[in-house]
Amino acid sequence: MKKKLLSALLCVAMVASLVVGCGGKEETAEAPAAAEESASEEATGATFKIGGIGPSTGGAAIYGQAVKNAAEIAVAEINEAGGINGYPVEFIWGDDEHDAEKSVNAYNSLKDQGMQMLLGTVTSTPCIAVADEAAADNMFLLTPSGSAVDCVANDNAFRVCFSDPNQGAASAQYIGENGLATKVAVIYDSSDVYSSGIYETFAAEATNQPFEIVAAEAFTADNKTDFSVQVQKAKDAGADLVFLPIYYQEVALILNEASKQAYAPVFFGCDGVDGLLSVEGFDTALAEGVMLLTPFVADEDNEATQNFVAKYEEQFGGVPNQFAADAYDGMYAIKAAAEKVGLTPDMSISDMCEAMKVAMTEISIDGLTGDITWSADGEPTKDPKAMVIKDGAYTAM
Amino acid sequence: MIVMKKMKLDKNLKSSLITYGMVIAAYIVMQTLVMTDNISSLMEGLFVPLCIYSIMAVSLNLTVGILGELSLGHAGFMCIGAFAGAFFSKCMNGAMPDGIRFVCAILIGAVVAALFGFLIGIPVLRLKGDYLAIVTLGFGEIIKNLVNVFYVGRDANGFHFSMKDAMSLGMEADGEVIIKGAQGITKTPQDSTFTIGVILLLIALFIVLNFINSRSGRAVMAIRDNRIAAESIGINITKYKLMAFSISAGLAGVAGVLYAHNLTTLTALPKNFGYNQSIMILVYVVLGGIGNIRGSVIAAVALTLLPELMRSLQDYRMLIYAVVLIGAMLFTWAPKAKEFREKYSPKRLLALKKAQKEAK
Amino acid sequence: MSFLGYLINGVSLGSVYAIIALGYTMVYGIAKMLNFAHGDVIMVGAFVIYTAMSSAGLSPILSVILAMVLCTILGMTIEKIAYRPLRNAGSPLAVLITAIGVSYLLQNLGLLIFGADTKSFKSIVNMEALQFAEGQLTISGETIVTIIACVIIMFALTSFVKYTKAGRAMVAVSEDRGAAQLMGINVNGTIALTFAIGSALAAIAGALLCSAYPSLSPYVGSMPGIKAFVAAVFGGIGSIPGAMIGGILLGVIENLSKAYISSQLSDAIVFGVLIVVLLVKPTGILGKNIQEKV
Repeated sequence: MKKKLLSALLCVAMVASLVVGCGGKEETAEAPAAAEESASEEATGATFKIGGIGPSTGGAAIYGQAVKNAAEIAVAEINEAGGINGYPVEFIWGDDEHDAEKSVNAYNSLKDQGMQMLLGTVTSTPCIAVADEAAADNMFLLTPSGSAVDCVANDNAFRVCFSDPNQGAASAQYIGENGLATKVAVIYDSSDVYSSGIYETFAAEATNQPFEIVAAEAFTADNKTDFSVQVQKAKDAGADLVFLPIYYQEVALILNEASKQAYAPVFFGCDGVDGLLSVEGFDTALAEGVMLLTPFVADEDNEATQNFVAKYEEQFGGVPNQFAADAYDGMYAIKAAAEKVGLTPDMSISDMCEAMKVAMTEISIDGLTGDITWSADGEPTKDPKAMVIKDGAYTAM
Repeated sequence: MIVMKKMKLDKNLKSSLITYGMVIAAYIVMQTLVMTDNISSLMEGLFVPLCIYSIMAVSLNLTVGILGELSLGHAGFMCIGAFAGAFFSKCMNGAMPDGIRFVCAILIGAVVAALFGFLIGIPVLRLKGDYLAIVTLGFGEIIKNLVNVFYVGRDANGFHFSMKDAMSLGMEADGEVIIKGAQGITKTPQDSTFTIGVILLLIALFIVLNFINSRSGRAVMAIRDNRIAAESIGINITKYKLMAFSISAGLAGVAGVLYAHNLTTLTALPKNFGYNQSIMILVYVVLGGIGNIRGSVIAAVALTLLPELMRSLQDYRMLIYAVVLIGAMLFTWAPKAKEFREKYSPKRLLALKKAQKEAK
Repeated sequence: MSFLGYLINGVSLGSVYAIIALGYTMVYGIAKMLNFAHGDVIMVGAFVIYTAMSSAGLSPILSVILAMVLCTILGMTIEKIAYRPLRNAGSPLAVLITAIGVSYLLQNLGLLIFGADTKSFKSIVNMEALQFAEGQLTISGETIVTIIACVIIMFALTSFVKYTKAGRAMVAVSEDRGAAQLMGINVNGTIALTFAIGSALAAIAGALLCSAYPSLSPYVGSMPGIKAFVAAVFGGIGSIPGAMIGGILLGVIENLSKAYISSQLSDAIVFGVLIVVLLVKPTGILGKNIQEKV
């Protein structure tokens, strides 16, 4: 008896969720539709549907939400300016909770909703899985922030951010060439693809540089509240520079811990460190002197950046981070490439991809994260800027 | 208890047949939909995960429902199976026909996971209740943690292992790093299909249902119901407990191999192989009914589908999922809800109507 | 000297685990359930304090009191709606799963209300760090306050349980619920009171956790929650002094293994030690040995 009731209940729950789901779909469909009307009057239902995938719930939600928000800003701007080749753009989002399997589900779901190109996924591991699905469908994929090498292994995939090896080697060279230190400690997240990827190439490049790595301390995703040991080990090893290929939340904790232990080396980070100054409630005095190699900082004195930051703050609250800037640039890269080859929404997904693959290598955009061009292997070429935090603001070095 | 089971043997067989029939019917319906192109790609992509989680739920139910021990580290065995199978596939890719390689990978995943189940079971099964639960959770986390620092590479000189980083493998230039610590294994062949998943699910069901109705299974249930009584009639407690636990771990390993060959990337994140996943599998088992194998499959399917079908709710989706989970638990388990259900169950209402008619 | 440093930092990490574990062990001992949502009540408490201090400008002490009140209400509501109906459900697992549901619910509510952005928590402790050996060794104000709070709470709870009527009722309920009911003890009321105390402790734990490690997000409570649970088991779950000893030991072991063995494997080592301890002493360090009834 109980079994039957249970299955009946579960069925009811599923049907209910379907009904609820459909209701929700209509709602979300309405909002872009309204935007379209105002955007371009000649549009007769033909729109570009660009999908986005990333974690908007779960522990990595901060990155996914940044990309989602920024992509929405870019899409609204593009539509206001007449869309791509005169067709409006619709942005549809799928949550993947930073999980490869959920990410593929999100990809399939977006495909059902008519996605033609993908701006995603946000995090590396899911991106590798989705990239292979997209390759099988021959769908164009531009990841804003999937930095692992394998994310763009297929020829349909491109990325906006730097690859991990690129960042690791560039950081090591910068430290070496500018003689910033002779003894370097590294604190990295050994359970994270981004962080361990950068660390590995940093360590490999370090052997060619005039400094030595005196301590390489790891932490894991399950163990990232307490950094006392890592900081103390760096201190005891006499490191005069601590390399932090990690994200700013942990950097904030490490800076706090270092100040507690009265340890003041040079802290050097990659693009993940950007966002540090906008952590709500963070004592920016702690970040004084932190150096980072990053293509984007939110308070740059540049009209496009300031315009974007203002819009972001107004619509979503808070200052956009690196991920948001990459997503914004990614959306404009898609626009530029699509305009280059005169893409129309009635083309098949595969035809679009073929056209975009070629177009991507021919465009160059002047984005928030610098002037970017792409090579056929999917890697971007842009200049990282070396920044130092001075008086609570990023300053070019 | 034992006597009752014997009397119900035929009923057991019927119940098992219903379970197989349900899976096969679902498979046929879904395949027809696929053939006629009437199904969304979301659903099509979910077929293999549904099989994976059903196998996981069935195998955990063997530990929780039949053996009566709470395990919070089941995802650890899945992790072992996944990495063992994927490692084998990666090494042998191209060296043998794909079909045979995948079957071998499944067997290897199952055997390695079962072996770990056996080794871990020896100390763990001496404990009881929540202490056992926390120790299994501990083992699950240890497995995940170790996998994350494990580096294996292969070059002309054979295999290289390291627990530190890829550089310390000391490989030659032509070498390939197969397991790359936190970056896991990438570019595993995508061999898992719905058909293979369903076949494996049926095999898992067959193993578990037959085990339950076998002499060993009854011994295990006797231990669950009264350990001391079981011991006093000469049942070898350690042997049967270990047997059930290893089978359960081996089946989780099979699910892991399926998982590893479904996506092209395999990493041990807290999300997929951590205690959260173990708990999620436990949710399927409890919601489906402890010891109720068919219920496990239904609950696993329903709860895997639920958040996917709610995708259009955007950010509210996980919130509603949590509310539905709490509601479903209260509805299926609370004594008051049980009373309510019995009072208004269709069967009883029908019987009442009949009685009323007859009275007239 | 560096060993002492690691040790002190281990104690300060451990004291945070200990204060969370006290709440865990309290609820477990009496209600006999693993309250997986405990870590998320900690998160709620920390967010209440953060909001009260940064938006309403309340003083730290007032904020903590406010958080304690709100968390108590929250804890009792959760108990009433989600846990109590399942008290006689036939399997203790039912309520465990519901607790997981509640945990998801709180995390996702937190995500919707406060957003995913990490916030930097302003320490509620306003105390200079103690310095020894010319700054080589420092003990932060947070650590001192956490340890003092731990000891006070431990003694308060122990004497509450020993000497007050309500506390004795708790012991009775935890030993034998049926018999306690027959003796006229209001079992539901006693368990509700346990949740109230547990949740108030969670608010304090939230304040101290986020003061020591000033990073606040909707997921801040889940991992320390699990670690604290491990600590509670370590010390013998249900035992109040055990929770404190377990917590501090866990922190010390974690930090020393990070320092001297491998920072990547510290989780594995911590769990490994736990497993060994439980195999040698199956009920934890201070756990009671319950004779099996035939």
